[in-house]
Amino acid sequence: MVDGTENDIKPNGNYSSDNNLLIDCKNVDVFYGDKQALYNVSLGINEKEVTSLIGPSGCGKSTFLRCLNRMNDVIDSCSISGNITINGEDIYNPNIDVVELRSRIGMVFQKPNPFPKSVFDNVAYGPRLHGKIADKDEMSHKVEASLVRAGLWDEIKDRLNEPGTSLSGGQQQRLCIARAIAVDPEIILMDEPCSALDPIATAKIEELIDELKTNYTIVIVTHSMQQAARVSQRTAFFHLGNLIEVGDTENIFRSPENEQTEAYVTGRYG
Amino acid sequence: MSKNINSMMLKRQSAEKRFRFYGQASLAIALIMLVVIISSMTYRSIPAFTNYGLNLSINLSKENIAQDNINYRRLIRDNISLLDSGCDDRKCRKEFLRLFSSGAAYELRDTIENDPSLIGKDFSKFILFSDDADLFYKFGIDNSLPESERRLNDREITWLNGFKELGLVEKRFSTNLFTNGDSREPEIAGVLGAVIGSLLTILITLIISFPIGVLSAIYLESFAPKNKLTDFIEVNINNLAAVPSIVFGLLGLALFINFFGMPRSAPLVGGCVLSLMTLPVIIIATRASLQSVPPSIREAALAVGASEMQVVFQHLLPAALPGILTGTIIGLARAFGESAPLLLIGMVAFVVDIPGSFTDPATALPVQVYLWADSPERAFVAKTSAATLVLIFLLIIINLAAVILRKKYQLKW
Repeated sequence: MVDGTENDIKPNGNYSSDNNLLIDCKNVDVFYGDKQALYNVSLGINEKEVTSLIGPSGCGKSTFLRCLNRMNDVIDSCSISGNITINGEDIYNPNIDVVELRSRIGMVFQKPNPFPKSVFDNVAYGPRLHGKIADKDEMSHKVEASLVRAGLWDEIKDRLNEPGTSLSGGQQQRLCIARAIAVDPEIILMDEPCSALDPIATAKIEELIDELKTNYTIVIVTHSMQQAARVSQRTAFFHLGNLIEVGDTENIFRSPENEQTEAYVTGRYG
Repeated sequence: MSKNINSMMLKRQSAEKRFRFYGQASLAIALIMLVVIISSMTYRSIPAFTNYGLNLSINLSKENIAQDNINYRRLIRDNISLLDSGCDDRKCRKEFLRLFSSGAAYELRDTIENDPSLIGKDFSKFILFSDDADLFYKFGIDNSLPESERRLNDREITWLNGFKELGLVEKRFSTNLFTNGDSREPEIAGVLGAVIGSLLTILITLIISFPIGVLSAIYLESFAPKNKLTDFIEVNINNLAAVPSIVFGLLGLALFINFFGMPRSAPLVGGCVLSLMTLPVIIIATRASLQSVPPSIREAALAVGASEMQVVFQHLLPAALPGILTGTIIGLARAFGESAPLLLIGMVAFVVDIPGSFTDPATALPVQVYLWADSPERAFVAKTSAATLVLIFLLIIINLAAVILRKKYQLKW
């Protein structure tokens, strides 16, 4: 188990950056019923860079990701202790409005999950929901801008009225990214966004992630270590519910401090 | 080795062929049964769709009384008496008159009220025969029986044969079946009253059970805390779906009529009772279709910042709607064909008038079938089959509506 106090003192590990700490998690424990899924995880996530969470299946990385936008709330048996702040604000404070919180934190899932509505309505859903845009023209601009940013506009600008579910898998996933960024979140959480996609679609999404990091803070869960190495600036390695090591992606892959991390990233393990 | 594999493959293939044959055979049996039921029902109902009557020439000029005072019964009687019965005593004349439907006077009244210009003229009117005379023309009569055991005596048979020789007898399509309420006289009894009663009842059932059922299902599925109480409620809803319908009738009698003092025999109470029966079906169907919506849609909406209620009403409900509608309509169709609970709340009463409101005395179509099947008059045998056919026809329409609605609201994933 990781020594929590050590992470408390230097949540950024030995990483030196000009970037500010945006999300700060301290001593997070998560239980599903009696089963503990996360043990005393303390992890800081910097603004406007990509942090990847890696580790073998069942290590708790998705659970951790879902703590950040409180998606674990919908699971009745799930209980969380510890402290998670975003911009210094405790997101588990009872006064926090979960709906408002989720409008600041977008999420992209493993399997593309567009709504069974038109492409346009998929993207416009979030802005409409939060009543941010009332004007029709403004809404079309917003949809266009989100689709452009998601790198999808050129491919589907003539198909805005077709159902989102009729697109190809890679397009659907980018549509989901467009849907997430249409509400102008600060943070985008991605839960294995490429695991259901072919290599070409994956490459497109990775390019997109690289572009998005100029505007958004991105946390990505991935099973592909190459992907973590390609897209992220920082990497956190989870194992059996513990955060084993966190640091600069280069350091994690080249000279990990922990033996378990080394074993995992070199493919001998997990 | 390869021989082994070959024989295994052969076995597997023949097993598959056998299985396919079993499937086709059971489907064929089911279809044959359906065809047999419908065709035997249709065959037996054929006599109910026609009536024999007599073209009687009516002389209205004799009557010098004002229109609203016309005694139609007497008018009919007097005009029938003009036919040569060869009677010289009262008993004989009565027998002669008995050959004609007692509903003829009402029909004559309707004819004249619709066309008052007929007053003062001679015209020909189609007068229905009574059920026994009607059956004589349809099926003949067994002459081997002694006269006292027959429905018609020798004199009556002579008269009926006489009408036929004179060319006065005519067979017409029986509109009475579709335009009249119930009657003691088979030749003028119809299903319209029962059909209207059934529709009013089922409308009440829909109004009560659809919103309550769907809302409780949504609450149980999306909002209810998962605890012992919720489990208890769930188990009991499932139990309710298996309770015999007559028990709901008893409950309705005790609760709605005796406790709340609602009127007896009314579609309002019938609808309430059938709602009790339909509710669990709708709740179970709605929950099942809500559960079949992929959870990823719920997550997607939550992650964009939708509230729990927005998720339900903007995503889960539209996606589950085809299933909900199908379940509701199947529940309603079951209620539509239900008679047992209605017997207990008095909807088995003999109601001649066509119900005009939810509190009028009424009966339902399945109960009408039961009533007619129970009647001693032979002419009601065909009527029973005809009413059953009408019931089946309406059920087919309801089920068709279910199919169409499901197709219409089906989402593409």
